Amino acid sequence: MKFFLLFYLALITIFFSFFHQDKELEKSIQRGSEVYADFCVTCHLTEGEGVKNAFPPLAKSDYLSKNREESIKGIKYGQKGELIVNGVTYNGTMPPMGLEDDEIADVMNYIVNSWGNTSTKMVTPEEVATLTDK
Amino acid sequence: MKNSIINLYLIVVTLNFSCAQEAENKATISLNAPFSDELFVDNLQIPWGMAFLPDGSMLITEKEGKIIHFLEGKKIIISNVPEVYQRGQGGLLDIALHPKYKENGWIYFTFSSEEGEEKGGNTALMRAKLKDNALVDKELLYKATPNTTKGQHFGSRIAFDDDGYLYFSVGERGERDINPQDITRDGGKIYRLNDDGTIPSDNPFVNSDGAKTAIYSYGHRNPQGLAKHPETGKIWDNEHGPQGGDEINVIKKGANYGWPVITYGINYSGTPITDKTEMEGMEQPIHYWVPSIAPSGMAFITSDNYKGMKGDLLVGSLKFQYLERLVMNGTKVVKREKLLQNLGRVRDVKEGPDGLIYVAIEGKGIYKLVPKK
Repeated sequence: MKFFLLFYLALITIFFSFFHQDKELEKSIQRGSEVYADFCVTCHLTEGEGVKNAFPPLAKSDYLSKNREESIKGIKYGQKGELIVNGVTYNGTMPPMGLEDDEIADVMNYIVNSWGNTSTKMVTPEEVATLTDK
Repeated sequence: MKNSIINLYLIVVTLNFSCAQEAENKATISLNAPFSDELFVDNLQIPWGMAFLPDGSMLITEKEGKIIHFLEGKKIIISNVPEVYQRGQGGLLDIALHPKYKENGWIYFTFSSEEGEEKGGNTALMRAKLKDNALVDKELLYKATPNTTKGQHFGSRIAFDDDGYLYFSVGERGERDINPQDITRDGGKIYRLNDDGTIPSDNPFVNSDGAKTAIYSYGHRNPQGLAKHPETGKIWDNEHGPQGGDEINVIKKGANYGWPVITYGINYSGTPITDKTEMEGMEQPIHYWVPSIAPSGMAFITSDNYKGMKGDLLVGSLKFQYLERLVMNGTKVVKREKLLQNLGRVRDVKEGPDGLIYVAIEGKGIYKLVPKK
């Protein structure tokens, strides 16, 4: 009986922590969409489609899904030089946007969960804070 | 026979161009430009603005907050430059010399500044002098308020007219429903000042209650091009529209350019902003771009250096990465052409005192257009 109760409590805890994280992620994505509308949409456009040969797409971007840390650093410190996205080489400059760590986490969560992109691990401000310039 | 064909062709072409502007306008690709491009200053990130000093050297602003003095092939970083508010499109923006620079040494520049109480930043105009590779005698001439953490639409360009008035632009700072149509607020405006920052007594809103009296025109979205017409002396602007609806305007005293009440653009999401493209009491652009090219700096060609191009207007395209040539007949665009394709995002274009065109390209540097013999 005691064992059963412990098992039950553990299950509930796990369930709620998942539920809680989902809620957190949902909120982060919502805030991220606002950051996106402010800082990103002019170049990467509403559906993350980008502009051919100028601004790489974020939607279904292989670069984004394979380079989580580099992508976060790109937002945090800016991006320059060659970048291959979905087989197309881009050679532009994205200046650092001057976003706070929590805003970077939010906008990353928005991007990696939109337009057909999926991610299993939520980006947190703590993770952003640990990443330093190259 | 040959003549009549040519005449017929000319008539058709003329008719075409005399019609109202087509909704979707097309630029042709220049196959035989009368110049070649030569990299003049290399290795720049986002060269936002440039100014030519009398000794043939050049001042260049880098958006991240640097002023570079390019002298005899070397880059000197100028010190004592004010701190810029690094956020989105903000940074160190345009730079211009006083028309009587040789006599007074004043250099003007715009930047995003955190000056003030609130969190965030807004566009500021400062003047200073250059001494021993440092800025001295700095004077903050204007600081738009309030600060905001929004990342977009700081403007900003600087131009002087023939009477020595200074014009500069501030974008609407991401508050299109609050700022551009309200003359008691900064943002979405073109301002006119005396060269010392005081407000000309004949500015249009000096007697309006609560108005920001530096305002010269309003209802703008994000003007990032400002140039004086070489013949009329009038100030022209170009400004970013939303999705579609970038514009060229001739700036008139006290005029309302309509944003966001009238526009040829739509929201990035594809939804309409308004169903109106014109309205009584609001100015029409002399040209608009659909789709948007994301226009940056602009300049008129006043020299005879480039065959057949004198009087043409040049505008940089950030989005499609080329330099646009607009052949003008007065205030009418008669032809558009793409120059310098595939070099990169064109951030600024200026005619130098040598009558040559200089083009600032992101991630590359500054190109000089060398006329073909």
